[in-house]
Amino acid sequence: MSVRRLAEPAVQPASFAFNEENAAWADRAIAKYPEGRQQSAVIPLLMRAQEQEGWVSKAAIETVADMLGMPYIRVLEVATFYTQYQLKPVGTKGHVQVCGTTPCMVRGAGALMDVCRSKIHHDQFHTNESGTLSWEEVECLGACVNAPMVMVFKDTYEDLTPDRLAEIIDAFEAGNPPQPGPQIDRFYSAPASGFTSLTDEQAIQDNAREWREKRKQAWSAEAAPATGETAAPPSEAARPKTDAAETNPTIKSPSPEKTNPAAERADSVKAPTGNAAEANKADPSVEGEAKQRKNSTEKEGDESLKAPELFKEEPVGADAKGEAASDADTTSAGKDMAGHPDAEAEGKSGSKDGEAS
Amino acid sequence: MLADKDRIFTNIYGRFDQSIQGAMARGLWDGTDEIIAKGRDWIINEMKASGLRGRGGAGFPTGLKWSFMPKNTEGRPSYLVVNADESEPGTCKDREILRHDPHTLVEGCLIAGFAMGATAAYIYVRGEFIREREALQRAIDEAYEMGFIGKNNKNGYDFEIYVHHGAGAYICGEETALLESLEGKKGQPRLKPPFPANMGLYGCPTTVNNVESIAVAPTILRRGASWFSSIGRPNNVGTKLFMLVGHVNTPCTVEEAMGISFRELVEKHGGGIRGGWDNLLAVIPGGASCPVVKAEDIIDCPMDFDGLRERKSSFGTAAVIVMDKSTDIVKAIARLSYFFKHESCGQCTPCREGTGWMWRVMERLVRGEAQKREIDMLLDVTKQVEGHTICALGDAAAWPIQGLIRNFRPEIERRIDEFSYNAHRVEPVLVAAE
Repeated sequence: MSVRRLAEPAVQPASFAFNEENAAWADRAIAKYPEGRQQSAVIPLLMRAQEQEGWVSKAAIETVADMLGMPYIRVLEVATFYTQYQLKPVGTKGHVQVCGTTPCMVRGAGALMDVCRSKIHHDQFHTNESGTLSWEEVECLGACVNAPMVMVFKDTYEDLTPDRLAEIIDAFEAGNPPQPGPQIDRFYSAPASGFTSLTDEQAIQDNAREWREKRKQAWSAEAAPATGETAAPPSEAARPKTDAAETNPTIKSPSPEKTNPAAERADSVKAPTGNAAEANKADPSVEGEAKQRKNSTEKEGDESLKAPELFKEEPVGADAKGEAASDADTTSAGKDMAGHPDAEAEGKSGSKDGEAS
Repeated sequence: MLADKDRIFTNIYGRFDQSIQGAMARGLWDGTDEIIAKGRDWIINEMKASGLRGRGGAGFPTGLKWSFMPKNTEGRPSYLVVNADESEPGTCKDREILRHDPHTLVEGCLIAGFAMGATAAYIYVRGEFIREREALQRAIDEAYEMGFIGKNNKNGYDFEIYVHHGAGAYICGEETALLESLEGKKGQPRLKPPFPANMGLYGCPTTVNNVESIAVAPTILRRGASWFSSIGRPNNVGTKLFMLVGHVNTPCTVEEAMGISFRELVEKHGGGIRGGWDNLLAVIPGGASCPVVKAEDIIDCPMDFDGLRERKSSFGTAAVIVMDKSTDIVKAIARLSYFFKHESCGQCTPCREGTGWMWRVMERLVRGEAQKREIDMLLDVTKQVEGHTICALGDAAAWPIQGLIRNFRPEIERRIDEFSYNAHRVEPVLVAAE
């Protein structure tokens, strides 16, 4: 994060207005966004204001806010958040932005900044004595294969040496900007030693025709069975054939398709029966020998201390019914039976009886 | 090495005819209406089958991302947003697409927009790409004139494409920050969920894709998913724009097959390492946020997602920053720390305070003006920033430092020893606060 503030009141102009061309442009820019979302145009509009004036003044911020019906603070936020907006006047003939991030740094951006220091001003964001030039160190400008590079207004000057940058700065001072792009014998981002790919346009066009023929053949072959019975898209081929639950249309609820219960039963596979003795054997690697584990759910001890859930064999209901009926006014019987579904149903009916009597 | 016939970007250097007629002669806008006639599901299935992984750095499967868009939007429009806010240091592939081969992107927008049911595409170009923006706008205007996009177009799907731009904020490359910025606010990332596929631009379903992911889509659909997935290694398929940056003899941007070895990539296109292979010190393989990898680990490494993951780094955007032995590696990473400090949006405390803190400690480590235990303290702080922020910028700031300490700890210690022979004296640690 960097702290950015508006310029001193002394340098702020009293008013700002877009010139005719830019005002027409602004209307078109605002029209790009849906009704009620005109705020989206704030960044392009502020940028246009900066192009017109050279920097973003308080008056410009307020004008843009009025155009878009935004509170001033929202536009101030935007102007101070985005670092491309110059909040102070910069050089009128050239503002040199030197990329100083690592890819440019390892290719010698430090030397470029020394040139700026000696030719423009010791500190960034300060104009030279005549007010025509200024410079700043910026973060990556996205021309890393052409490092080191600088950007002046809209154009980039790439593959620089300190000497070449000094010449470029002189040219801007003189008012005739040099040709942008790579400053060595090189075609944009291609290798400086010559093209390693995409050498022949004719071959590429021939190749494109070949691909077109291939495509037409493949798609017409595909289209033919589409008139017949199968029209599976080709990518289905990569899908494994499965009868997984998700693909069964009857699984959805509600589903228009109904199942046939008899077929379902026939299809369903019985769960394998387990061998309890085998499953309860401890692994020899754990206990040294394959001894039988004691089953913790085995019944032992005093039957009366058991929770009713553990009565697996004998039905609790028959016995409990009698008890519940005999002392329906006591709540203890109901508690004893809680958790056992049969017993619960019985208990409820029992207590109803009690209330009725 | 990839043959020219398998390249998707046929005019990446801007050497050939850049008009729409030139692009059509090179095979673009061919059968677009037929692709659209095949329907949404066919396109998404083909994209899934092609195995294309997002080219913006995270490597999320593109077809899967498109399929997240809801089909029933309850009357809300859907949007495709193209992330052309390319600001990761080392990365400059989208710039070449935008200025030299923009028709790939325009056609991709139409097809991707159709596949996700979007009514319009907004292409968010970073503010510094002014000439690139103009070239893209020219391409879009040509497509409108030819009747390929817009209302009642020849391809049978009404679709608008707008160019929007930012104003110099790295954070706007994060998808939700980009949406905030596109709505005319500060670019501060949103909490997820809700994800953009449900609540994105203007509260409507939105998909944000990298320029390269969108631009390759039409060619993949035309040549077939099986063609694309036959290039490269499983799970890392296709072609990719690589950027060779830094200390190679001829830095360049080039489209190559995924999984090409680092040595082959540099030999074929970079003209070798400056000063020979023995002079190679380290490589940052995928843009600034990827941890640095030592020379011996990377030389024969396949350049793809899994290959670099095994080297404890990341493929990122395939921006290969090569550093030879003349590089001050600690200073190079400290400069990246400054970058992240500068670009932190200031929303989450661990990142806002942590990036500055880490940078100030890094600056002292460059000079060796520190104590050895501060290296571990710094490592500890990076772990506390990592994963504790809304977006991944905190992680991105932490990883380069972690990579540096993992690979170049002896170098840092040597500097500390050099700065002061009594580096182990017991006294309070120099505090990083301003």
